Amino acid sequence: MTNTPPQIAQFENVALRYGADREVLSDISFTLYPGSFYFLTGASGAGKTSLLKLIYLAQRPSRGMIRLFGTDAITLPREHLPAMRRRLGVVFQDFRLVPHLSAFDNVALPLRLAGVSEKEVSQPVADMLDWVGLADRMHARPATLSGGEQQRVAIARAVIGRPDLLVADEPTGNVDPEMAVKLLSLFEALNRLGTTVVVATHDLHLLQKMPESLIMRLDKGRLSDPTGALRYPPRRHGGLS
Amino acid sequence: MSGGEPWDEAEQALAAPASSVPALISRRRFARKEEREGKSKAGSKRAEIVPKGGLLGPMPSVVAIMVMLTVIAAAGGLALRNAANTASAQLSGGITVQILEPKAQARAQQAAASVAVLRAQPGILSVRAVPDDELDALIAPWLGTGGDEIDAVPVPALVDARLSGAITPARLAAITRALQAEAPAARVDAQASWLGPVFAAIASLQWLAVALVGLLAGATVACVLLAARTALGSHRETIEIVHMLGGSDRQIAGIFQRAVGIDAAVGAGVGLVLALGVIALLGERFAGLGAGLVGGGALVWADGLVLLLVPLGAVLLAMLTARLCVRAALRAML
Repeated sequence: MTNTPPQIAQFENVALRYGADREVLSDISFTLYPGSFYFLTGASGAGKTSLLKLIYLAQRPSRGMIRLFGTDAITLPREHLPAMRRRLGVVFQDFRLVPHLSAFDNVALPLRLAGVSEKEVSQPVADMLDWVGLADRMHARPATLSGGEQQRVAIARAVIGRPDLLVADEPTGNVDPEMAVKLLSLFEALNRLGTTVVVATHDLHLLQKMPESLIMRLDKGRLSDPTGALRYPPRRHGGLS
Repeated sequence: MSGGEPWDEAEQALAAPASSVPALISRRRFARKEEREGKSKAGSKRAEIVPKGGLLGPMPSVVAIMVMLTVIAAAGGLALRNAANTASAQLSGGITVQILEPKAQARAQQAAASVAVLRAQPGILSVRAVPDDELDALIAPWLGTGGDEIDAVPVPALVDARLSGAITPARLAAITRALQAEAPAARVDAQASWLGPVFAAIASLQWLAVALVGLLAGATVACVLLAARTALGSHRETIEIVHMLGGSDRQIAGIFQRAVGIDAAVGAGVGLVLALGVIALLGERFAGLGAGLVGGGALVWADGLVLLLVPLGAVLLAMLTARLCVRAALRAML
């Protein structure tokens, strides 16, 4: 009898096409294990954002099987999806902040949706915004924030609930290198606390800063495995060869 | 790959201990089991995903206008119904006996005899000889008051009687026959027959008011539907974001339903106040016309409760529309 290792996400022969166009993702199979840190790389248009959308349940695959937290996410009844989404933290490429809410209220939103009492919301959200350098912009609305500031609010919102799986789509694309590394350290801290992290990026500097991370590479909609990320147990690499 | 200077300077940040991240991250995991399963209630302060001032769409103004028009039309219909009912109650059992006798003494005798005969009839509730003062007051607008010339005009004597039940032609004929012996100059009329055309007109107006209320209610439904959909359409992106952050369909629909309900309540309140102002103004003007049919059309408390149903219905409709629209939008998402 073999013990099945715990899995955060499992994709088997997943494909995605939009409408009648050709498949943007083909034959995607991989498994994300708890506590691992993954980078998803690939050229623009390789399908990184599409793959992340499948992971964070914004899109249904055209075919294949997706399991999240041990549950079939394709056939899961609709009423159970919100609970699954609350275990995810997502940093969207276009930030997707609620325009009429302040930075504070945007970061507090996942907690309030989860029913956390207001007493427990205020201080952590303030601390988080202070940590990402936005203490003085706490009450500013997204439209008055720079791209980098919006990105930091989006990241703070994604991590505030300490998700089981953090998915970030180009999370450092609009911030300076120092802030990028600082944010990456936040992801790393979360990862050390048990959160599985998937970061889509084409920023090679980031990959260098996390030599212990695993890398999945997308090329024209197909996944390659340059570092053994797709094997089990995942083989830690020493950087890109 | 070569790290630039900023990257080198940032190395220390990456090497920082985990304790340097916000205490929240290392202290506790917010998403407790019951929260994850969506069983917990929303926080003490509801997840504020709509602007504090409401959705700021056309909802309040549209609802205000439609509620005002509907309330005024409904009030008109109710007033007409009240006027018709009052007049009908006053006149349905009433008869008037006119003594068309030119000689004053004979007229007075026949009037007195008519009173006695009427009192002896079955089903009579009351009989009253109209005093001369009242008759003078009735004809004063046409003939003036006082003066020998006027006194010389032979004005018929009048006797009012009220019977139980409706006045049928057979009943009227029987009373006429009974009066013939004692008061040959008597002519008997059912009071309701004089106002038959007026009742018919009032009934027509009532149906018109009902039709108007129906049309306005239909227009209100359509406007509220459109306004709610427009307001929600402009917040579609917010709905998507909240959906992706783990908001349940019920939660999101509830929040928007509440916001739309508040907007609609503001509009309905304004519309009701404006309508009541118009109704009060019109009521004052009509009251100035004096008693009679118009006086019987005054609205009563029960009518007020009926009118209150209009804004209440508009708010409930708006909330239901919001719920259905948000649910439909969410169903289109995964």
